[in-house]
Amino acid sequence: MKRDSGNKRKFKKTRLKYEEYLFRGIMFLSSCLIAFVLGLILFSILVKGLPALSFEMITQTPKGGFYFGKEGGILNAIIGSLYLALGSTFLAFIIGLPIALYMNTWLFHKEKTVHGLRFILDLLWGIPSIVYGAFGFTLMIFFGIKASLLAGIIIIALLILPIMIRAIDEGLRTVPLGLQEASYSLGSTKSEVAFKVLMKQCMPCIVTAVLLSFGRAIGDAAAVLFTTGFTDNIPTSLSQPTATLPLAIFFQLSSPIPEVKERAYAAAVVLTVIILIISVLARVFTSRFNKHSIKF
Amino acid sequence: MFCWVMIVVIVPFLIMAGLIWKSSFLLKDHTLGEMIFTSQWKPMSGKFGFLPFILSSLWVTLVALIIAGPICLFSSIHLTQYANRFVLKVMHPIIDILAGIPSVIYGVWGIIVIVPFVSEKIAPAFGIQTSGYTIFSGAIVLAVMIIPFILNILLDIFNSIPIELTEASLSLGAGKWYTIKHVLLRKAFPGIISAMGLGLSRAFGETIAVLMVVGNVSIIPHGIFQPGYPLPALIANNYGEMLSIPEYDSALMFSALLLLVIVLVFNLGSRLMIMRYEKRFR
Repeated sequence: MKRDSGNKRKFKKTRLKYEEYLFRGIMFLSSCLIAFVLGLILFSILVKGLPALSFEMITQTPKGGFYFGKEGGILNAIIGSLYLALGSTFLAFIIGLPIALYMNTWLFHKEKTVHGLRFILDLLWGIPSIVYGAFGFTLMIFFGIKASLLAGIIIIALLILPIMIRAIDEGLRTVPLGLQEASYSLGSTKSEVAFKVLMKQCMPCIVTAVLLSFGRAIGDAAAVLFTTGFTDNIPTSLSQPTATLPLAIFFQLSSPIPEVKERAYAAAVVLTVIILIISVLARVFTSRFNKHSIKF
Repeated sequence: MFCWVMIVVIVPFLIMAGLIWKSSFLLKDHTLGEMIFTSQWKPMSGKFGFLPFILSSLWVTLVALIIAGPICLFSSIHLTQYANRFVLKVMHPIIDILAGIPSVIYGVWGIIVIVPFVSEKIAPAFGIQTSGYTIFSGAIVLAVMIIPFILNILLDIFNSIPIELTEASLSLGAGKWYTIKHVLLRKAFPGIISAMGLGLSRAFGETIAVLMVVGNVSIIPHGIFQPGYPLPALIANNYGEMLSIPEYDSALMFSALLLLVIVLVFNLGSRLMIMRYEKRFR
């Protein structure tokens, strides 16, 4: 009897051991798979797009017959995307930073309010961008505004606002309470604490938040589809429609002409490179600004 | 600042109200049940059945979650329990970059790699001929898009489990794998479910990438190797015609509303679950 149960236990132990080996293998493979997929995406985009990419592509606006494979470039889309992303990130930053600071200073002791706010922001983050686009389109019809850069900036700013606020807020939450208390005890007001202490301490995380939102703003296509329209010219004022990179890729890819399709791949390379630059910048800035914050 | 906070709080209600107001035009002539459960989509003759679109959306998202879920779960356990610092140092930027890639790029990648792969390799293996623009291709692209999203949440969840629990289990003589299986996974279970829910709602609203690879044929799909036509794709494809017929316009706004409600319900449920879960460890 006794020996039997001992054997069983032994058997169970070895079974567990092999089970662990098996699952460790699977886990390792799934991590590898994720890395492999990123590699595959970058590789296939570069292989398809680099041959079609030329200096002319990124320095010229579309000429006549561009959409039939004649000469021209996608400068209008690149500049338009940058305008749109810069404008909306700026707008979202102006609204978002004070809200994040407000949540962590004035509302600091109203825990329920702050929790509720975070909850609403998380929900807002989850709303699909196409819904923002459709809503923006409705508003534009209601007020009689045509598709323009300004409408796009406002809608995209609304879209990235929750991301911006939550990212800054997460950083502010990690600031030790002692720092706030020390500045209050020295007689500083709440706004001084917010803008001089907390903001400085969280500089790396604010920069990361801004870059994160910028990346989201430049890559979004669904909301822009309704609100900014599409043109071949570089916009000169806020009330003009604007071309954007994601939409340029999308439209050109649906064309049956191979030359135009190849341009879509080239535009995809440009967009990917912009995104990669942003993510590298975020890493560099985070480590650089970290030097200036107070360590504990 | 208080006013700005108020703006943020009001925005979701404003969106909701705007969409309801717009789609109420259609609700005058059609009942809600009629629109959701019929499959006739003929805007010109005033027939608006959303069933094919809703079913396509569900198919694409569920298949994507079935692909992405296990991968994320295994990878998150690997990264939090087994991986050394070097692997973490490599994997964190990878996850960040995957999360940052715009959906159009995923769509382009889907057209270059996934669509030919499905039509030449996977579908023939099941004895089916397709062009590759199928629900399955959409699901694969979508799965890759939601992997970084779910993975980040799962990493947070596994990291928030107190180390004392693991230590207690190990000190009682349980092995590492036994601890993971019976202590960590059990503790993290609500968190895992809500992470999946959040992933599902993120996948539900994804537009451009899915639109590019899923085929866009408005029939009720009967298998994963058939083309589908998800809700967001419907809105994005037809916005140009919105202004021509008021009923059509209203129908598209109704689908946006439908999308919003489904996503919000999933989000609400998952977030509430995560909040309750986090409270337990405080």
